[in-house]
Amino acid sequence: MMEFFASLDYTPFILSFKLAGLTTLILFVISLPLAWFLSQTRSKAKPILEAVTALPIVLPPSVLGFYILVSLSHNSPLGAFFENVFGVSLVFNFTSLVIASCFYSLPFMVQPLQGGFESINKNMIEASYIAGKSQVQTVLQVVLPNMKPAVLTAIIITFAHTVGEFGVVLMVGGSIESETKVASVAIYEMVEMMDYKGAHIYSALMVLMSFIILLAVYTFNSSKRIGGFSK
Amino acid sequence: MISIDIKKKLHGAKGLMDLDVNFEIEDGQFLALSGLSGSGKTTLLRIFAGLEESSGTIKVGEEIWQDKETMLRVQERGIGFVFQEYALFENMSVEKNLLYVNKDKKLAQKLLELTDLTELKKRKPSTLSGGQKQRVSLCRAMMNRPKLLLMDEPLSALDPAMRRKLQNEILALHKEFGTTTIMVSHDPAEIYKLAQRVIVLENGKIISDAQPQDALIQRTGSQKFSFEGEVIDIVQVDVIWIAIIAIGQQLVEVVLSAGERKEMSVGQKVKVGTKAFLPIIG
Repeated sequence: MMEFFASLDYTPFILSFKLAGLTTLILFVISLPLAWFLSQTRSKAKPILEAVTALPIVLPPSVLGFYILVSLSHNSPLGAFFENVFGVSLVFNFTSLVIASCFYSLPFMVQPLQGGFESINKNMIEASYIAGKSQVQTVLQVVLPNMKPAVLTAIIITFAHTVGEFGVVLMVGGSIESETKVASVAIYEMVEMMDYKGAHIYSALMVLMSFIILLAVYTFNSSKRIGGFSK
Repeated sequence: MISIDIKKKLHGAKGLMDLDVNFEIEDGQFLALSGLSGSGKTTLLRIFAGLEESSGTIKVGEEIWQDKETMLRVQERGIGFVFQEYALFENMSVEKNLLYVNKDKKLAQKLLELTDLTELKKRKPSTLSGGQKQRVSLCRAMMNRPKLLLMDEPLSALDPAMRRKLQNEILALHKEFGTTTIMVSHDPAEIYKLAQRVIVLENGKIISDAQPQDALIQRTGSQKFSFEGEVIDIVQVDVIWIAIIAIGQQLVEVVLSAGERKEMSVGQKVKVGTKAFLPIIG
């Protein structure tokens, strides 16, 4: 049994987690200012921005993947620029997966953060401004520490959603061993090749890990709710 | 000297209204702001703080906080603000709430001593009572030694005993620091006790600007005791009728004549008067 597990190729899993980790990190940095802006603005552009941010939830991953592929390929201005100046291709490699994942998982980071920001007592934010603190200081020292459950939810859900992506990855990255062949793509290929045993093991691992992650989030958040947010 | 002359369109209780006020406050003065809800009191405070935009000028001493060219940001005004619902930083201890404003540990210690909070300084706000929270909020507002202290109905969420205690503390802090203060309040006793001047707003305009003893105590009329109340119930006891009337937080029974009974209904606002010449104060 142990030998069997040791003989499994874990590269697709490692790739999946590397991708999800990087995507989560990048999205957290990008989404903080965006979600803060959306939570505070009274601008008429807000619904437009919110709709654009939420698009990846409703679009078929193939549509998203197709547009990302088109706009990053060497035939596009952006793709051509990177190829000529830096000598790197933006499609069918790990970089392209990270870029595509950032679009794909954006709403899963922005929406919980925005919800968290909106749940913070407005007077508390104003009290920080009155104390002479800037918006950045206020967000880092007052707002974020008072919405830990929302921050945790945003990070974990983004991570989990990125691990679970399939369509976009396949469109933009294809299936290159150790480069773009993530766990979900590997399972798809195993089924195609009728390697059901391998598919079973990989799939069961995915289910188990996803369940553990979600269980951790809900356990943490419910303990926070019972004990109050000041723990 | 602080002077304000501003205008702003507001959505008040009765539709659109213009907030239009112009007055001056002497340094160190304690000013109460009163008036019905929706009359623009809170908005006026927020305009002072820079949390709300308006057109016009605000001058504090030689410093211009707002005019046609300038709009000093809320961070630059150096004010203190006490919110009705405390608005403490829930993630910080009592002491950290104060030190967040200003790193002056000596001042924090002094304020905590003045308000009897020293023993609670390591506690988080969620473990405090309403009165304790508001005392922390008051201390926090004093931490940057404000040129202007603004308080928006600071005591209205507290029970009467706690109110009186905090009124004394506000008074003590005002004596100690001499901070120019504007406080929104509905409570005549509170205004009388704390303020040197009371401005009453109605539909965004100043309708009265006077000393509390002139504004609040009725010297005209028949000079007898008289209280506003509301009829809660009318009951028949044998051959007479008795009205139960709520005056402030107290319920009293008043005997009604047959004629009065006919005219009176539950929920009616009434004035209860007595012609005692030698009232007993106990």
